[in-house]
Parts: sequence; C-alpha cells; structure tokens
Amino acid sequence: MGVVGMAKGFGVTFSHMFKKVVTTEYPEKPDATAPRYHGRHILNRHPDGLEKCIGCELCAWACPADAIYVEGGDNAEGARFSPGERYASVYQINYARCIFCGLCIEACPTRSLTMSNEYELARDDRKDLIFTKEQLLAPLLPGMEQPPHPMRLGESEKDYYLSGPTNPGVSVGAEGR
Amino acid sequence: MGIEEKLLPNGVLLTTVEKLVNWSRKASFWPATFGLACCAIEMMATGAARYDLARFGMEVFRASPRQADLMIVAGRVSQKMAPVLRQIYDQMPDPKWVLSMGVCASSGGMFNNYAIVQGVDHVVPVDMYLPGCPPRPEMLIDAILKLHEKVMAEPLGDRRAKTVAQREADGKGPIVQPGAMPSSYRYDKARRAEWEKAVAEGTEEQLRIANWMQREVAR
Repeated sequence: MGVVGMAKGFGVTFSHMFKKVVTTEYPEKPDATAPRYHGRHILNRHPDGLEKCIGCELCAWACPADAIYVEGGDNAEGARFSPGERYASVYQINYARCIFCGLCIEACPTRSLTMSNEYELARDDRKDLIFTKEQLLAPLLPGMEQPPHPMRLGESEKDYYLSGPTNPGVSVGAEGR
Repeated sequence: MGIEEKLLPNGVLLTTVEKLVNWSRKASFWPATFGLACCAIEMMATGAARYDLARFGMEVFRASPRQADLMIVAGRVSQKMAPVLRQIYDQMPDPKWVLSMGVCASSGGMFNNYAIVQGVDHVVPVDMYLPGCPPRPEMLIDAILKLHEKVMAEPLGDRRAKTVAQREADGKGPIVQPGAMPSSYRYDKARRAEWEKAVAEGTEEQLRIANWMQREVAR
C-alpha cells in the first residue's frame, strides 16, 4: 500500500469533517419520536373530568403479556367516577411486562386508553414499574373537575359518547391524526 | 464494594474523594456483551454512530468479563442460559453493575412459560430495570444515565453509608431518589426544577403527560 492508497483512506476519514453530524444529542435535546410511537399509556377523561374508563377489562383480556390488571366498581349516586354504571376502581399496568404492542388500545371501546410518546421508564425497582391508576390518569385540564361528581354533560352516558367525536376531552394521540 | 474498602480506613474519607471515585467509575463503564435476543440489536444500535454510547465513555463492549464492570442483559434468559449468566457475572471484578434491558430480562415479559427465567434478578442482583420490547436506543441511554446517577450517589465505605442512611431517616435525603428522574428532565435545568416540584407534590407522572400533550398540540 503506497502513499496514494493511504491518502485515499485518510481522505475518506477527513471528508467526514465537512459532513453533517448524525449523532443525536439525546439527553439534552431529545429527537421527536414517530408520531404514532407506542409509549406509556394514558387513561383519558371526558371534558367535564369524569374518567372514560368503564372498567370492562377488555384491555386486560387483549393483553398478550398479562400486563394489565383491572378491577371494576359500581358508580354510586353520590360517588360517580365515570358516566354509566361502572368504573375501574383498580387499574394497573405492569411496565415490566408490557410490550407496547397497542392491542389494549385497539380493544378499548371508549377511547379511554391511549398511548403517549413518553419512553423514559427505567427504574431501579420492579415495583416502581407497576403504574397505578393515579399515575396513568391524564391531568385535569382547565374546566375539568376532579371526580367523583355527577354527570355534567348530559342525562346518560349516551350523551357523552354521542358528543365524543366533536368534544373528546383528553384524548391526545387518539383523535385528529 | 471494591478495593477502596481495604485501602482506606473508614470515616476519614472526604466526600470529595467519594465524588472523584464515583465519577471515574460512572464515566468509564465497560459493558460486558450479553446480547441474548432482539434487545441486543438495539444495544448495538446504541453503540453505533447515531446514538453513540462513546459520548458517555462506554463504547467498547468487552467480550471478556474480566475487563467489564457493567453487564447489560439484553434479551430473554432461558433456564439453560441462567448458570452461564451467573458465571459471567461472578467473573466480573468488583465493583460491578447489572442493567436488565427489556421486559423479558426484567420479568419474563410476554414469555410466561417454563423455558424462560421470570426476571434476571432471580439469578443476579439488578441495578436498573429497563422496560420496552425492545427498548429504543434512547431508552437504553436513559437507563444508563440513571445508573450513572445512582453510581454517583453510592457511599464510599461503611461509615459513610451509615451517615447517608441516617440523613435519609431524618428526612434530609434527596427529594428525587437517584435514578428516578427521566434523563431529558435531569439534563435541563428548568425541567429538572419542574420535576422536583412535581415529585414533592406526588404528581410527576401527570406532569409528564401534560408536557407531552403540550408538545403534541404544538406539533
């Protein structure tokens, strides 16, 4: 290998000085994920703050990794958490099992469960990876009221579901894309 | 944990020495290759040019456990692999850390059956669990940075460990446990303060969703 060969080789290396850097600057400037990236879940709310989850357990049945645990409860007249008869009194997702396949999202009949693009989930304890309902529920947006409270948007749950397409409440990532 | 306990008498250590030792440990992790399944592909991608683990001083994946101090268990551990895994771990010199990458290594994941060990912590002590199937390279970097933070908070020697434990019992410990804050928050001063405030109120997950929704609406 002569001088010319060496110059050629180093030339390739040197030419990278003038090329755009491909390395991401992850912790300081995270790149945006793909719009439909499967990240951690969100339990959504109706526009008045009531939970969309009705405790039907379809997500838990759809889950191939048995990562979701739901316990349904009855909405009482004084303690209403969701429109209709039932709500999820216990809702847990075990992120040490969840494979982010999105089958739970497909199964959800009320668009209650959706996914965000958040992915920074590593923890040093397995029990911190079990997210409870408090951690999964969406924050209260302005105009929302912390449940339990009576239905504000109609007489029955039907009114909630019929107005859903135009007035979805919290469901970013589910509607409009 | 390592040689420092034999060299230095307990109690006369300065926290600066502790910081220096911990810093040199965390800034030059040498991972042992332990790619077992699809997670290993993401682990390789993390080491390559785009994500570039060399930014954190750890590009070289050692094939020999004697030269490694971090084991990234990437993939499902079968019952047959478990003794091998343990042997590799035993061959690594102290101090050493284990990062369980992906849900299969963390808990068995979707493979809840007789062939797969239900969580690598049945075999070796794990310092960081990383969910995801497989986790994207950013998630692995996030887990490594969280592990860095944990290493930085490691007390040097018995006496110091007792002092730290006492301080925590008195309620003077850190607001956010080391290794609990997402890296994109920890590396940004404003967001870091935001997160600390949210942890004090117990609403850090709501904060995360709210911030994400804001970004989503702006997009």
